Amino acid sequence: MALGEVVETQYHFEKAKRILSLDADFMESGAASVRHARHVALGRKVIDGQKADMNRIYAVESTPSNTGSFADHRLPLKASQVEGFARAVATTLGINTTGGNSAGHDTWLNALVKDLAAHQGASLVIAGDHQPPAVHALAHAINNALGNVGETVTYTDPVEAEPTNQCASLKDLSVDMSEGKVSLLVVLGGNPVYNAPADLNFAAAYQKVTTRIHLGQSQNETARLSHWHLPEAHALEAWGDTRAFDGTVSIVQPLIEPLYGGKSAAELVAMMLGDGRADYDRVKEYWQEQYKDSDFETAWQTYLHDGLVPDTALPERSVSLTENYGTPSQASEGLEVNFRLDPTIGDGRYANNGWLQELPKPHTRLTWDNAALIAPATAEVMGLQNGDVVVLSANNRSVEAPIWIAPGHPANAVTVHLGFGRTAAGRVGNGVGFNAYALQTSDSPWVASNASMTKTGQTYPLACTQDHHSMEGRALVRSGTVDEYEKHPHFVHEMGHDPGPDANFFDGIHDNDGKAWGMAIDLNSCNGCNACTVACQSENNIPVVGKDEVLNGREMHWIRIDRYYKGDLDNPELYNQPVPCMQCENAPCELVCPVGATVHSAEGLNDMAYNRCVGTRYCSNNCPYKVRRFNFLHYTDEETQSFKLQRNPNVTVRGRGVMEKCTYCVQRISAARIEAKVEDRELNDGDITTACQGACPTDAIVFGDIKDPNSHVAKLKAQQRNYGILTELNTKPRTTYLARLTNPNPEISQHG
Amino acid sequence: MGSPAPIKDPTMPAPVLGPGQTYTTVTQKLSAIITSRTPLGWIAAMLIAGAILQLLMLSATWLLIKGTGIWGLNIPVGWGWAIINFVWWIGIGHAGTLISAILLLMRQQWRNSINRFAEAMTIFAVMCAGMFPLLHTGRPWVAAYWLLPYPNTMSVWPQFRSPLIWDVFAVGTYFTVSLIFWYLGLIPDFATLRDKAKHKISQIIYGVLSMGWRGSAKHWFNYEMAALLLAGVSTPLVLSVHSIVSLDFSVGLIPGWHATIFPPYFVAGAVYAGFAMVLTLGLPIRYFYGLHDYITDRHLNNMGKVMLATGLIVAYGYAMEQFFAWYSASPYEGYMMQNRTFGPYSGTYWSLILCNVAIPQLLWIKQVRLSPSGLFIISMFINVGMWLERFIIVVTSLHRDFMPSSWDMYHSTPWDWGLYAGTIGFFLFMMILFIRVMPVINIFEIRQLVANKSKHAETASADD
Repeated sequence: MALGEVVETQYHFEKAKRILSLDADFMESGAASVRHARHVALGRKVIDGQKADMNRIYAVESTPSNTGSFADHRLPLKASQVEGFARAVATTLGINTTGGNSAGHDTWLNALVKDLAAHQGASLVIAGDHQPPAVHALAHAINNALGNVGETVTYTDPVEAEPTNQCASLKDLSVDMSEGKVSLLVVLGGNPVYNAPADLNFAAAYQKVTTRIHLGQSQNETARLSHWHLPEAHALEAWGDTRAFDGTVSIVQPLIEPLYGGKSAAELVAMMLGDGRADYDRVKEYWQEQYKDSDFETAWQTYLHDGLVPDTALPERSVSLTENYGTPSQASEGLEVNFRLDPTIGDGRYANNGWLQELPKPHTRLTWDNAALIAPATAEVMGLQNGDVVVLSANNRSVEAPIWIAPGHPANAVTVHLGFGRTAAGRVGNGVGFNAYALQTSDSPWVASNASMTKTGQTYPLACTQDHHSMEGRALVRSGTVDEYEKHPHFVHEMGHDPGPDANFFDGIHDNDGKAWGMAIDLNSCNGCNACTVACQSENNIPVVGKDEVLNGREMHWIRIDRYYKGDLDNPELYNQPVPCMQCENAPCELVCPVGATVHSAEGLNDMAYNRCVGTRYCSNNCPYKVRRFNFLHYTDEETQSFKLQRNPNVTVRGRGVMEKCTYCVQRISAARIEAKVEDRELNDGDITTACQGACPTDAIVFGDIKDPNSHVAKLKAQQRNYGILTELNTKPRTTYLARLTNPNPEISQHG
Repeated sequence: MGSPAPIKDPTMPAPVLGPGQTYTTVTQKLSAIITSRTPLGWIAAMLIAGAILQLLMLSATWLLIKGTGIWGLNIPVGWGWAIINFVWWIGIGHAGTLISAILLLMRQQWRNSINRFAEAMTIFAVMCAGMFPLLHTGRPWVAAYWLLPYPNTMSVWPQFRSPLIWDVFAVGTYFTVSLIFWYLGLIPDFATLRDKAKHKISQIIYGVLSMGWRGSAKHWFNYEMAALLLAGVSTPLVLSVHSIVSLDFSVGLIPGWHATIFPPYFVAGAVYAGFAMVLTLGLPIRYFYGLHDYITDRHLNNMGKVMLATGLIVAYGYAMEQFFAWYSASPYEGYMMQNRTFGPYSGTYWSLILCNVAIPQLLWIKQVRLSPSGLFIISMFINVGMWLERFIIVVTSLHRDFMPSSWDMYHSTPWDWGLYAGTIGFFLFMMILFIRVMPVINIFEIRQLVANKSKHAETASADD
């Protein structure tokens, strides 16, 4: 609508000083979200003694997101109010549109616009994927008006080879199928029987196709209705090539032979075309054809080594705005339903993945279920509590869903996550949650207005990993504004009580010849994305315990994201805090273990000797950070063959009755030390990356030797923002935090 | 009819033995409990206790098959009913030792008629207590010996800074000394039973158990010396065991645990709980076997006074916990106490105050102290109250400690109930068995009382 042609918008957050999100969770969803998260966080790194030049983020959003929790100013609006807000911003900036409506937030809007206008060419406005075309068109226009195009926003040709409106295409297919025009249909991956919008009646139409063939990694709902199901190779089992969001080509390389004799979609299509080459040859020969110079073999090896084909990013191009912003539509009065992909299992394709089902969702910290998220105010009006089951109706369809109250959610709206309620996902994912696709329509896939919600009187247990949302005034997450920090950098330390230097009988822990491992976590960079938790689970063979055990309070994650709300629950400040083991120098756990199963290493690790543990759980009781995890039952699945391949051979698999916890990835420390020894050199800073650190998109987690003053971690720990939690207990934690700083607009006094 | 009731001398305590007792009646009456035909009531009681005992077998077996996950434990509440029950049972044991050792050293004659079953109660209560720490571990098959300092080729020793290791020694010593002391006291009575036994098998069994006791002056001399020494050894144990048990908590840094008042407060609580259990058991035995002449009003009165005194110390402990939570100015301590008093488990806290502080104040009234049914009801309240006290210390302290993100609730499961009820079944089973096969009241010490009394009577008549 905005540009008259299909282009790809590339955002350059690293150059942006003022950012406005119009319902875009740009740090968490979308192909470029990891890059965005990294670049946004880069714009918020603050070093003592240097002028803090932090970006400022304004987030208008229809459901609490990671981006919103990261923002300096957050404004919860119903999805349908965002368009009016965008028009109001546009009008104030002199763009020719009407229908602006700030939804009563004039001060906020004016301060925002003033701030954006003051940062010509260094601001950035991004519209959410769930917002209608008009909002996107306005975002482009605003960026243009602010001089951002060519600076923080650029355009390229689309990455997709032949961009089409896929929803419309699917709709056409459904019609053709139901009219009996399709005699053979090959479904390459995907699961349209489950996740096509409800109004297409895809399943019924599909069954009218004479021959139905499905290629997929599992026998999902679509496979069940097909005549043939072909096993698909996983991306880690097949050769291929792919383009990233900016067009950069990457060669897909297998790590193992296909476990179950699967074929990739490309192989299947090639076979149908009579191409008998092996998939390796096909990929390599294609890129040989593209290659102009001599010595392709070296270039190919470089591609494989680097993981990408250099200089294949799409070139920047110019676009012309059409100045067509559609007819202003009114915000809906009634209850509105937002549809979102689930933050952990996506559209349902990962429903059978226990790690992702058990990964607590951002903010709600729910596992193993989706829920109807509503604002505290809506809950109060309707007399609803967490776990109350409601009938949610929209578009003449209805589903039963349990309620979860999400502070910061706009009132009179409900957010439901897709991907649940699967019937043929597998033994993990079947029957988990409710199927929100049942309410979705192809015309308006991301929001359903004029919905209704009625209480059934039933309740449903929801497994949440964090029951308490307030910090109770304890200085766990410390934060301040960047101004406070510049005027008074020591403010962080005045929030807690550090023990004096004479609080110890001994000060010998540092006095050894070896290394002293430590970690610093920058809360100014963490957006609560959870990548660390899954990376840790994968690295350390951490079992999945299931919904019942999560309900019992027995989840096993070694690093968790604590989430706290502060202030007015209608629009609270949101805090995320990753909590691994603190590796205390005066570890309370070590003192109380009767068999010495948890002991201190010379390098300052609080080690666990699993073989020695008898399971008194005293260590966990005495751990003020509650980072220890206990195998109350035999959680590890030792029967399933494929899990044996999945486990890290360098990490002990724990049995029942044993305590476990974060080790700072001691196996990686050992591996790096051995490698250094073999190469006859010292261990260097950066040789060891813990799993959580490696997965963190924003470099919030830094690990290393705190005795080496030049190490990254030691430099961070020397920052004024560095603090330990519960240090008044004299635990001397090796894991410390860097206080979060916000950069609020002085013209917007209240948060949000 | 005719002679007026004797005027009580207010300066003399009430008698510890009923009127008209001679050596013969004492021996007859007390050994008849064992040598007479098995009463139907005893068989019925055995069957009931035996049935409850099966719950222990079932719960322990399932626990060993599945793991501690069958209980309501979680992170943060890593200890639950098992530790509560452990402390509860250990506390109950204390009255036995107090009666047999400290009161012996203090020459309190009234102890003689209750010490035997109080000591038996100690032994069985410690047995019940001992099951829990082992069963509560994740891997009891290694916990059973890794907590002991045995020499091994790997030079791996227990971690001596852990209060759990101190527990192993404290409870182990306590059980051993209590058992020996109890057995020592039984030797003269076994000899009596050997002499009275009619059946060959019982003669042999009691003969072996009495270890050749012939009642010679030398035997008595050795016996008295050994009893005195063991009483001396046991006396510090009364104070040390529960002090050590309390250190399991106070060494920890959890608000609600980390308190210096714990050792004395736990010891007083233990004596309190122990006397309540002595009454819970003693009053029915007294009733069913008609032992009113041996467990007299004087005993009831004294035990009521001990409960009142220790109950007040415990109440002082509760008050001090509240005071220090405020006085420490620690936000964690303050929150803990607020949560304990008004949080999700506040019902438990106020029940505790009712059971352990409010109701026992009735013991100020002498009529209540002399009323068996009144004492029985109060002692049941105290039994419950002392369990609740441990629940509050263990669960409400753990469920909300330092990091609000980790706070969670604790819900017991049927298996928690099963194991607890099972140990009560075991305890009752052992007590009922004990009543039938061993003298429930110390025969020779009662005979000594008779002797003292007649001496006293002679002196009195000579004075006339």
